[in-house]
Amino acid sequence: MSGALATLLTPGSIGGALEFMFEPQSSNVTGGKEVGGPSQVVELTLNQLELTFLALGLALLLALPLGLYFGHRGVGETLAVGLGNVGRAVPELALIALMVAVIGVGVLNMTIALAILGIPPILTNAFVGIHQIDRAPVDAARGMGMSEAAILFRVEMPLAVPTLMAGVRGATIAIVATATIAPLAGVLTLGDFIINRNVYGENGLLAGGILVALLALALEFALAGIQRLITSKGLKLSTA
Amino acid sequence: MRTTTKRARASLAILLALFLAGGVAACGSSDDDGTETGGEGGGAIVSNPDNGKVTLTIGSKNFPEQEILGEVYAQALEAAGYKVKKALNLGSETVALAALKSNQISGYPEYASTALTSFFGLEPEEVPADAQGAYEKAKAEFEKEGMTAFPPTPFASANAVGTLKKTAEAEGLETISDLQGKSENLSLDGSPECRQRIDCLAGLEKYYGLKFKSFTPVDIGLRYTVLEKGQADLSILFTTDAQLSAEKDKFVILEDDKHVFPAGNVIFVTKPSVAQKAGSDYEKTIVEVQKGLTLPVMQELDARVELEKQSPAKAAAAYLKEAGYTG
Repeated sequence: MSGALATLLTPGSIGGALEFMFEPQSSNVTGGKEVGGPSQVVELTLNQLELTFLALGLALLLALPLGLYFGHRGVGETLAVGLGNVGRAVPELALIALMVAVIGVGVLNMTIALAILGIPPILTNAFVGIHQIDRAPVDAARGMGMSEAAILFRVEMPLAVPTLMAGVRGATIAIVATATIAPLAGVLTLGDFIINRNVYGENGLLAGGILVALLALALEFALAGIQRLITSKGLKLSTA
Repeated sequence: MRTTTKRARASLAILLALFLAGGVAACGSSDDDGTETGGEGGGAIVSNPDNGKVTLTIGSKNFPEQEILGEVYAQALEAAGYKVKKALNLGSETVALAALKSNQISGYPEYASTALTSFFGLEPEEVPADAQGAYEKAKAEFEKEGMTAFPPTPFASANAVGTLKKTAEAEGLETISDLQGKSENLSLDGSPECRQRIDCLAGLEKYYGLKFKSFTPVDIGLRYTVLEKGQADLSILFTTDAQLSAEKDKFVILEDDKHVFPAGNVIFVTKPSVAQKAGSDYEKTIVEVQKGLTLPVMQELDARVELEKQSPAKAAAAYLKEAGYTG
């Protein structure tokens, strides 16, 4: 028992990471200044969230209308799916480095770099989600004389919510997790704890990892909740 | 309109170049670009068949200068007949030290100053200014923990405050002390960990009493671009940086008149047990092969890797050959 407890409290353990989050720690390289603790954890978490929302917002703004339009019209599959797949292969660090020459480092650079990461899942899922729903209700709606916009927003989108949201959720996780590298491009996020192992030690490293994972889980749960809220009643009954 | 198309085309070209860079670098051009890396190195390394029974794993941290050093040592030891494995991408000094302690690597190059401040808790001003003094102190500390170190390289590397020549002229900056009263209006960039390190930003604040307008953490590879783009007025550079020798008329370093940034010569850290098993050629080869590594040579090697995008292995091989260590 005490052995297990000792293991739990050695540097780089979960216990040490928790201590790092709640109590400022001494560091070998700071000349006596303490690091970690609640104030820094809160500050970096908020930075990471802010960056995540900015990037997710930009990705939604760009990818959702495009995906919905193509899905509704049933055109541009090559573009929507192809662009999506190519987008996934873009190396983030290279992208950031490339943009430094044009727009410099900072929030704008990171927002664009992370949005590019978020666009593929949103775009592809929006296209596929809208394109692949049962055509019968769409035909019925058109027969009833609904406008194309009404068909998209009142028939197709509600039916495609699970696929649409799967894309948004995937994009969110990718963005919040990758926002960890932002300290390499001028924005301090929780990645600071992970990248600067010399400053924060093993405990800081592990604390950073745990915090990013918790943040990702929290966002995932929040989006699952939103998905429940925007799924129409009839659909919920049919899947229950 | 025309300019935007042009710019779009240019960025496309850059993107393409970036993707191709890996492949092209692998093919490379001819070794000989006219710049000499050969110092007054000793004679060729002689292969000793007895060493073939010993396998050594050479480590290094994961930035160009360290990888070059790792390659120089690894290739030299290979030439001396050892079986050599490489682990040249250890994330930080903490990781490298842990790898050595747990016998995952046989040894790795470390800056004596980093060892003393980061591992053994010395304040920057307590680090001996002379290479031999710093080496002996670091060696003694390593020995307390069951490790040891070989004598230092001729070159030393230190952090430094650098800026564009035109900024230095406009603001009248020659030493770091000249920043007093001006630093509040100047922004600084540097590696992310610099912010809190006493041998970096924390030291500038503590010993020089400087406050900067802002500090932007950036990847080590981006510091010069950020400086050139005017995104920061000053940057924390390394004295061995390739750009400092290649672009002398563009960048300048401010003199560290209060000695906050201790210079570190590289010492090869290893374990006595490894050294004993490997025999006398181990230390002999390492000490011999680093004799040619003076500051200009190290800057030149850094330039080949960082600016000309050669692989560290190739730059190291060229050094060994030009300095006469290998045929």
